[in-house]
Formats: sequence, structure tokens, C-alpha cells
Amino acid sequence: MVLTLSFYISLALFFLGLLVRMIGWLRVEIGTETGRIGLFTAVFSSLKAVLLTLLSPRIFKIMAVLITEIGLQLPLLKNGFLRWLAHMCMFYGFLLLVLMHALDETVTAALFQDYAATLNPFLFLRNLFGAMVLLGMALACLNRIGRGRKFKATNTNDLVLMILLGLILFSGFLLESVKIFSEPAFDRMAADYMGAEDEDDLEALKVYWSREFHVVFAQPPGSDDLETGRNLHMENCAACHSRPEAAFLSLPLSDRLRPLALWLNRSQADLWLWYFHFGVCFLAMILLPFTKFFHFISVPLSLMLRAADPPAPAPMPHKNPARLALEMDACTHCGVCSEHCSVAPIRRIIPNDHILPSEKLTGVKKLAHGKRLDPDVLESLSQGSFICTECYRCTQRCPSGLSLQTLWQLSKQTLAAKDFPEPHGWVRQYAADQWADRLEQSPADHPLCEDFARHRHVSESPETFSACIQCSICTNVCPVVSAGNGLTPPDMTPQQVMNLLRLNLKDLALGSRMVWDCVTCYLCQEHCPQGIRVTDILYDLRNIATRRLQQVRQLGPETPKTALPVASPPAAVRKNAL
Amino acid sequence: MKYAFFAGCKIPYYLPQAETATRAVLRVLNVELENLEFNCCGYPVRHQNETAAILSAARNMALARQKNCAVLTVCKCCFGQLKFAAHWLAKDQELRDTINSLLAAENLVWEKEIEIKHLLSVLFHDMGPDRLRACVQRPLYGLRVAASYGCHALRPGHVVRFDNPMTPTIFENLVAVTGAEAVDWQRRLECCGHPLFEKNNPLSLHLLDNKIQAARQAGAHLITTACTYCQLQFDNVRHRHPSDQNINLNPPAVLFSQLLGFSFGLEEKDLGLTKNAIDCQKELEKVTKV
Repeated sequence: MVLTLSFYISLALFFLGLLVRMIGWLRVEIGTETGRIGLFTAVFSSLKAVLLTLLSPRIFKIMAVLITEIGLQLPLLKNGFLRWLAHMCMFYGFLLLVLMHALDETVTAALFQDYAATLNPFLFLRNLFGAMVLLGMALACLNRIGRGRKFKATNTNDLVLMILLGLILFSGFLLESVKIFSEPAFDRMAADYMGAEDEDDLEALKVYWSREFHVVFAQPPGSDDLETGRNLHMENCAACHSRPEAAFLSLPLSDRLRPLALWLNRSQADLWLWYFHFGVCFLAMILLPFTKFFHFISVPLSLMLRAADPPAPAPMPHKNPARLALEMDACTHCGVCSEHCSVAPIRRIIPNDHILPSEKLTGVKKLAHGKRLDPDVLESLSQGSFICTECYRCTQRCPSGLSLQTLWQLSKQTLAAKDFPEPHGWVRQYAADQWADRLEQSPADHPLCEDFARHRHVSESPETFSACIQCSICTNVCPVVSAGNGLTPPDMTPQQVMNLLRLNLKDLALGSRMVWDCVTCYLCQEHCPQGIRVTDILYDLRNIATRRLQQVRQLGPETPKTALPVASPPAAVRKNAL
Repeated sequence: MKYAFFAGCKIPYYLPQAETATRAVLRVLNVELENLEFNCCGYPVRHQNETAAILSAARNMALARQKNCAVLTVCKCCFGQLKFAAHWLAKDQELRDTINSLLAAENLVWEKEIEIKHLLSVLFHDMGPDRLRACVQRPLYGLRVAASYGCHALRPGHVVRFDNPMTPTIFENLVAVTGAEAVDWQRRLECCGHPLFEKNNPLSLHLLDNKIQAARQAGAHLITTACTYCQLQFDNVRHRHPSDQNINLNPPAVLFSQLLGFSFGLEEKDLGLTKNAIDCQKELEKVTKV
């Protein structure tokens, strides 16, 4: 009764959580061109899409995905046999445990007339499926530990899932082990299935069960009539109870626990372990929508959606925010994306976890769900996001079929709109002299380089620019300086930047348009009669500015903002420019 | 000599035809390509952190060295960045030690002997014009082509050692192999504007317009590029941000690998001409339809 009630309460809470999670998808905003979708529109359009898909030939594509990607999990196999094996073991072990064991009354009993949990092959299979999950978990842990050396591979979500799964498995095996030697369990069964027989018979059965079925009795059985015991067993028990040897994991565990058996039997361990096992299972069910367990639902959904409605080719990806929200929930933090990420090596110099797609996604998800993020988190997220080169490899590799490329494209838009664009964007916030003022106000003298790797700052050593004779050839060949008509000319010329360095006024150059609008075409450097590395110096000034200006960017608002034109000039202006 | 194909970051998603066309052309020339999982060349992050950029480049070179391959790039910016890193790694012992200590975790090591080659150098120097000419089945007589060099392969000249940085000829010579005429045009050595795209669009597009105008004034039917970023700028960016709806879409841009492949008689599935945003096929068909 308590059990049924708590099952239905948990089930209701599970569905409630599911609903909350799915409604959350509709509140997601990502990119600057997408808006939220209303509940009615969302439900209506999804129903329409589902119906249309079911009636179209795409249904075959979905079925193919169901077999290859969800059933056989081929996308995982692409990323390594051990990874695939681990996941197959966990997936099928757990799924079969749920179907055969947890839902035995509804599923197994309906399929097999003479089903009993204590009968083979069910007894054996329960251990086998449990062993599969354990093997899978062990492989997954090893994989995570191995990857952990390269980058942060495991987060809280992964741990919660592992702990919940571990508790379910552990309590299950423990329960079975304790039940094997449990005297109370024997008594209950004897009372239920043997009826009121005489004392001698019971003693005989006890002898048989203590020798053959590993039960531990507080009072050693008074009889040693094994033959009668066996007969009684065959008559009353054998039809529903196989030998415990089939429980190939629980029996050895039970034998290990044997020294504690009397105490455990006395304290009714089988009962409270039973409550614990069910409790953990119900807890997992309630938490499913809010833990990594959710990928059980979201990944198949994401994969099938991709088959039904494949993303459009570049450069116009699909932009349905609710669908992207579902996809973000289908991330299992497996880390495949980060293993193959094109810019991952950069993290060894710039120690920002947001460079890695698997870590960046957590931040992007919060951003899309409108969660408040601290400025320093946003800054770090922006840095990681704009270091991404959109090489598409994460998207091609993702076993859950996430449109990561689209997510990165859109999250960059969101970050830029939130005033966290890449350095080229935020440097425009102030003019060069205003930046110089801010640097002067800046309370502490910031070390130029906190990188553990040495940074070669060419602009730091006078030899690189002292030979400048201000001949202005660099300025004359510069395509940015000559761009002129219709556009705001740069605030200073390359030659003036070199002069600022010579005058030891570098701070005045750091935020200048010339430094940030340099196209790095190297014409100046190639033409310099004095062999000055003009372009390399401008590059270096950007390196320094990225760090130093970032630090004074968030200083109080006392300096007025003078926004410089960022947007395209009107078409007429551009036409005149031609 | 085996080459490891270095696609760079933009090609797989934004410019897949650059890879298919290059592979097809090299297949005709019996060049074997090794496929390694490279990372970013480091060029995009150089604005922020040069050491990070050099590490990225060094890791790629070390990967190629492990397989005893030369790196073959089809992008002038990847090429320039790899060359830049190689130049300073060779020159600066301290930098080399830092980078190698970081690479050591993966049992990789950067060594001076690793060769970096751009597709154009491979075609011109390793294959030679005669060998290319022998493969031409559809000569492009009468086609006027403006070859756009791409800054980072030319300059700084003593670092990249690609061609004479002031008066290069390699690209025009290669264009001539196809039977087309390489026009002499102003701004052929200038920037396409892409480095500032989405950083300062007005300026970026202005530089683009200047180049297009110069090519048009020289009477070019097509602009050809051998750089991922130049091609993206001349094709995709120009298509999305047309400054003057009609005029400025001429002349269209074509990758040199596509142009050469077309003259080799390769098929559309390899060349991916239809994947270019601005139609360049009509110009090619004009000269081959006789």
C-alpha cells in the first residue's frame, strides 16, 4: 500500500518535473534574431510537425535512426569501442533491469506465465543485467579518470548520475545478498508456502536450506535429516525458488557478509534495505527530469528530431529556440566535443574552461535560459566563445546529435548583445585617450603577463622600434589609412603608433583604432626601410590591450561613453564610397 | 613526399568545396594525402595571445612530423601562421623550450625540419607547370582571371619565403597553365578585408569593394583565390552584403583548385562550383562552349 502510493506520487512528481522542464524550453532565448514561442503555438506546431512526419516517408528515416543510433548506438561506436561498450552495458543493463525486474508485475509476469523473481532464468538475469551496468560504470569511470588528466571531464551532474545509479545497483545487490541468508525471509516464505506443518518438517527444511541455500539461522536447526529436507523442498519450494548459485554476484557478496548475518537478520536488514532500494529508485525517478538521467529521454528525442528535420546547410542553420533548448538538455557531458575541439590546445596557455565546448555549453545553457550570470563569468564565457573558430568538428562528432555549431553562432550573438563581444568589439567602447585615462586611474599595476608560458612582447623592447625614422612609408602603404572616403579614418597612423612607443606613451596606443583596425596585411612591415616589425608590433599591442584594457573595462562609469560608429553606414554612403 | 592535408577551421563548414576540389586535383596528379586530426593553426587567436597561437601552430607541425609528412595548406592565413610560428620557434630557443614542454604531455615535439607548403607551391614547385599542363583537358582560352594573392603567404617575405613579396609571379604562372589569361591588376597584393569582417564591417567591406573594383577595371571575368578567407570574403560575404546589387557581384570568385580542376575536366561533385554563393559557372562555360 505504502509502496503503491509512493510509486504513484513519484510518478506524478516525475511527470510534473517533465512538464516543468519542457515548458522551460519555450522560455529559451538565444541569438538576436529569435524570439520566444508561445505555449499554444509551440504545442500546436509540434503536434502538426509530428503528424506530418508520421505521414511522410521521413518516418522510415526516423525508424532507421531508432535502430542504428538509439538501438545500436553507432554514433558512440564512431568515438571508440570502449566508450560504446561502456554505454551499451549501462544502457541495456539498466533498461532490462527496469523492464524485467522493476516492472516485473506488469511486463515479465505478463510475458512468462510462471514468473517468479526467485526463479531462473530471472534470478540469473537480474545479476547479469546488474553486472552489465557495473561493468559499464567501471569503464565509464576509467574513461573519465583518463580524460580528467587532459581536461575537466566530470562535473556535478555526472557525479549525481553515477551516485544515484551506484546506490540503486549497490542497494539492489546488497538486498539480494542479505535476503539469501535472511532467517526472517525464510520464515515468511515457509509460513506462506508450506502451510502449518509440524515442527520436525520445518527443522528438516531448515537444515536443507542452511546447507544448500546459504540461510543463516540464529538457532542451528535441531535435525540433520537432509533427505526429508530435500523432499520437503522439492514439494513446496523448488517450483518457485532456484538455487542461489545463479545469483553469481549476490551469492559471493552474501558469503562475505556471513559473519554479520546474525546481526543483520536480527535487525531486519532485508526489510530496511528493501525500503532503501525502493526509496532510491523512486528518488531517481523524481529527479530524472532534473538530472543527467534526463538524457534517457532527450537524446533519443534530439536524434529523432534531427532525422525528421535535418538542419539546413550553412550558413542558414535552423534557429528554433525550443528545439535548441531540447538539444542542450540532450548534452550528456560526454566530452567527445572537447576531445576533438580545434582550439582546445589554446587552453594550455589561456586557462579558460569555456574554451572547451563541453564546458562552454553549461554557460550557454544558463545564458539561453535567462539565468543571471556574474560579469566575470560572462567575460570568461565570451572569451571562450569567441576563441571558437566554428570548425564544425564538435557538431559532426556529437553522439547526441546536438546542433552545436548553431548554438555557438547564436550564443556569440547573445553575448555581443549583452555587451560582451570579442575584444575588437568592446575596445570601441572608449576612445584611445579615454582608455589611457582609465589605465592611469587603475589602482594596481597589473602584471603584463600571468601566462605560465612566456609571452614574447616585441613592443616591450626598444630595439624593435627605436630605429624608426618617422619616414611615414608605413602610413603611405596602409590600406586602412587610405580607405578614407565615407569611413571614419583611423585616429592615428602606424607611424604615429611607432612614435608613441618611442616616447614611452604606449598606453595611449592600446585602445587606438589604428591598432584594432589593422588588417595585418604586413604591407607596412614589408616596406619599412628600417626593418621595423610594424605589423608584429600592432599584433602585440592587441595582445597587451586584450589583457590590460579588460581589467579596467569594468571600472566605474565616471568616464563618459563615446560610442564610435560600429554599424554599417547607410547604403548611400557605401555607394558613394565606390 | 607525403603531404598531410591541413583543412583549417573554416573549410569543413563554410567552404567544403575547397577540400573536395583540392583533393580531386591532387588525385589527378597522383599526390597522396595523409589525413590527420589537426587543430586550429592559431591565426585567429593571435590577436589575443601570440604564445597560444604559436602553440597551436607548433602542435600541428609536430603532428605532421610524427607521420613524417609535410603540411599542405590551402589557406594563406593558415600558411602564414604556421610559417610565422616555425620562424620564431627556430630562432628563439626559450620559446621553443616552452612550447615543447607543453607538447611533451602528448609525446609531441616541434623540430625545425618540418615543411609547410601552400597548395600553390606544391603545384608550381613540386609538380611543375608542365605536369599540370599535361592534365588540362578543357583549356580556358579567352578567360581573363584576376589572381588575388592573399597577404599572409607573401608577407613578411623573409618569414614565409613563398615568392617575391613585392613582385610575385607564381599565381599568374599557375593561372596561365589552365589556358586562361592572368590579368595584370592593381591591388592584387592587397588585403581582401576579411580579417576585419564582423569586427569592423564598414572597413572590411570597403576593402573588399576596392579589390573587386580593381579586378573589374582590369577586365577580369573571374577573380581566383587560393585562400579560405579571401574566398569567403569575395564570395559568401560579398553575396550577403552586396554594396551595389548587380555591378558588384562581378567578377565572381573561384578557388584556384576549382579553376584548375575545371580545366582538368573534373566533375561538379568534386569541384562544388554550385556551392559558391555567386555564380561563377557561367563565366567558365562561356569559354569552354565552342
